[in-house]
Amino acid sequence: MLEMRPILSALMRNKTGAILIALQIAFTLAVLINAAFIVSQRVTQITRDSGMDVDNVVTAQSWAVSDDADIKAMVDLDVAALREIPGVIAVTASNQVPLSGGGWGDTVHNVVRGEEGRIDSNAARYMVNEQGLEALGLTLYEGRAFTREDINWRESNSSAPIESVIITLPMAKELFPDLSTYVGQTLYDGLDRPMTVVGVLEQMHGAWVGWDRLDMVMLAPEKPTSSLVRYLVRVEPGTAEAMTKQVETVLTERDRGRVVRRVVPMSEYRDNSYSRDRAMAILMVVVVVMLTMITSLGIVGLASFSVAQRTRQIGTRRAVGARRMHIVRYFLVENWMITTGGVVLGTALGVVFNIWLAQAYEIDRLNPIYVPVAILSIWALGLLSVLGPARRAATIQPAIATRTV
Amino acid sequence: MFSYHLRLAWKSLWGNRALSLLMVAAIAVGIGVCMTTLTMYYLMSSNPVAHRNDVLFAVQLDGWDPEEAYNEDPEGPPWELTWRDAGALRQSDIPTRQAAMYKATFVVQPEREDVNPFLSIARVTDSDFFRMFDVPFLYGDSWDKAADDAAEQVVVLSRSINEQVFGGENSVGRTLRMGDRSFRVAGVLKDWNPTPKFFDPNNGAYDDAEDIYVPFTLTRPLELDSAGNTNCWKPEPRNSYDDFMNSECVWIQYWVELSSAAQRREYQRHIDAYAQTQKALGRFERPLDNRLTRVSDWLDVRRVVADDSKVLVGLAFMFLAVCLFNTVGLLLSKFVGKASQISIRRALGATRGELFRQHLVEVSVIGLLGGIFGLGLSYLGLWGVRALNAGAERTTYLDLNMVMLGVGLALISAVAAGLYPTWRAANVDPAPFLRAQ
Repeated sequence: MLEMRPILSALMRNKTGAILIALQIAFTLAVLINAAFIVSQRVTQITRDSGMDVDNVVTAQSWAVSDDADIKAMVDLDVAALREIPGVIAVTASNQVPLSGGGWGDTVHNVVRGEEGRIDSNAARYMVNEQGLEALGLTLYEGRAFTREDINWRESNSSAPIESVIITLPMAKELFPDLSTYVGQTLYDGLDRPMTVVGVLEQMHGAWVGWDRLDMVMLAPEKPTSSLVRYLVRVEPGTAEAMTKQVETVLTERDRGRVVRRVVPMSEYRDNSYSRDRAMAILMVVVVVMLTMITSLGIVGLASFSVAQRTRQIGTRRAVGARRMHIVRYFLVENWMITTGGVVLGTALGVVFNIWLAQAYEIDRLNPIYVPVAILSIWALGLLSVLGPARRAATIQPAIATRTV
Repeated sequence: MFSYHLRLAWKSLWGNRALSLLMVAAIAVGIGVCMTTLTMYYLMSSNPVAHRNDVLFAVQLDGWDPEEAYNEDPEGPPWELTWRDAGALRQSDIPTRQAAMYKATFVVQPEREDVNPFLSIARVTDSDFFRMFDVPFLYGDSWDKAADDAAEQVVVLSRSINEQVFGGENSVGRTLRMGDRSFRVAGVLKDWNPTPKFFDPNNGAYDDAEDIYVPFTLTRPLELDSAGNTNCWKPEPRNSYDDFMNSECVWIQYWVELSSAAQRREYQRHIDAYAQTQKALGRFERPLDNRLTRVSDWLDVRRVVADDSKVLVGLAFMFLAVCLFNTVGLLLSKFVGKASQISIRRALGATRGELFRQHLVEVSVIGLLGGIFGLGLSYLGLWGVRALNAGAERTTYLDLNMVMLGVGLALISAVAAGLYPTWRAANVDPAPFLRAQ
């Protein structure tokens, strides 16, 4: 540490190389801080718990061709046929597939219009039958699942009231902030008609993974009668891929007068919905790896160059008694000083960049934890990169001092 | 002189291959990353009808909830119209052309028994759609106004569905069965897939254009349902198709062609006057805010360019900066290493300007090579993005503009990186080196 002052004054006499390295480090650090943050954000998002057994659910769409098709008969027969397939655990017909990016939303309230403290809550709304919870692998926090008696037909173009609903815990907490148990409470739909909460789910995700209300979901005990019906089929663990074929065959064979399409595991919908996030995370990692490589090569290059330029100076130092360790230490300290300059600039740059990002694109601010981690990595990178050239410098013989260039 | 400089540059580059390779690689990687992200950004934000930007307008009417803002865009009116309002606007003869539209699903039943019925996405719209948006026809033409008025069962097909159903023949005049009904084929389109899908970003701004087009006036008689986004705010019972048609739900996109500023003012007055008549009926309770928006502004309002891609472009340019600082460093060490050679050339009579030019040529050669390899890398990068992100096919290809931009960017950045080292090289003081010889 005692050498800091002479190293600094030597640096000041030949600034260009040092400035270039410091700038590279600064930009690298700025990118690193933000990239690490973006990656961690995306990974958290992709891996969060959906509350459903996504990997073991097969989904299918059935489209009626004719306007006169008897959809009610079709749905009942389809569900019965699907339940007979060996390896199928539970089946429900529904109006939408969770995590698919498309679906219905509804607004509900805790009290009727005009009453004090009315809370608006909107949620994705799913039709399920008595096997709905099992078909999606959902867990009850309290209350019960729907029974066969609860289930009604939902005619298309109808806004008939729903009597009982199952909602997610986050939604229950939003609507009834003062309660700790929610079963038996009443919600009101858009037309202020009452709906009784019969069950509360631990967790479930709705349709749009980019929506901040993804875990606000409401299940209604209904069977769809529209020309498009979806089936959600939960199968033995690990067999979803293999079961798609059988689900498709059973549906197609049972009734050829309709279109059966998109028979795929629900995980495919999930992967599609998150493909942007995943792509972004992977891109960031690739960028960071390439960037650190480039910066590291730059440090190696410039350090080698400065070693070459200072061959005589090093020889002289060796001749007047400097040990190899001292030479290595000189370069390490010099590099550390340059890196630190870059780190100071880079932190400022990274934080400014992040503030700009946060303001321009309404994404979260950086978690400060990334800053020290990134700084430590950059220090390590700098020292590792300069180690090679420094050790080469240390092999310079003292005799070189007496030779001309 | 230039070819002499070029020869010298090549000799110098070849003479120190490792260093040259490193510099070319640094620029190539920087350009590769930049071009990958810029290409995606450019394709996402391009305006497919830029040549008609001044005459095409999206129509917005503000009949939304007086109590609460429109959730998709709290500052503005809704992006789509109700059935009633679209119907009222269609009565006006002020616009040169106009089209209401939405997305619907049809089941196509091919004549051949061995082909299963399949699902097709349709755009339900007016005959003006095709002229307004410059849609190219392969066979036939759009249906005519008379077909609009009479709600005829006519259809325009995309090229791919014409292949699928009619084997690619000229199918104009033939019959297509959809659901329980027959439609007469009026025309077949050439390949047409505007990116982004500016006329309906609601349902996926990078989705493919529809395969089937049918008259908007068929909506009511066939009781067609929208397969796209529908937004409702009003607590109102909707127990029949008619209830839905009369509801305050918005689901129809509306575009007009207004050829002059005067026409635009007249149309703005018209829609404002319409809103006033609705106020009298107890609708449109919010302050007057009806908008006509150009395509370019529409793409902006609708934020069709994902924020991700802007962030990526920002990071990519920081990446390029690192690569350039790197190149500056490498060039400096190289040119300083050549000091003795430069001194000799100076002693033999080369002027500073000439040395400057010569080194600039050398730097440009590096930039050019870096640009070429960089484009290769960005090709690889875009391929990677496609592999990672299934929906990105339409925003991940290099067109001629981007290739030229890539080479240009590489040259400019190489020259920018080379200026300072070149200046240093040209200003080497020859005396000490000559003395040392």
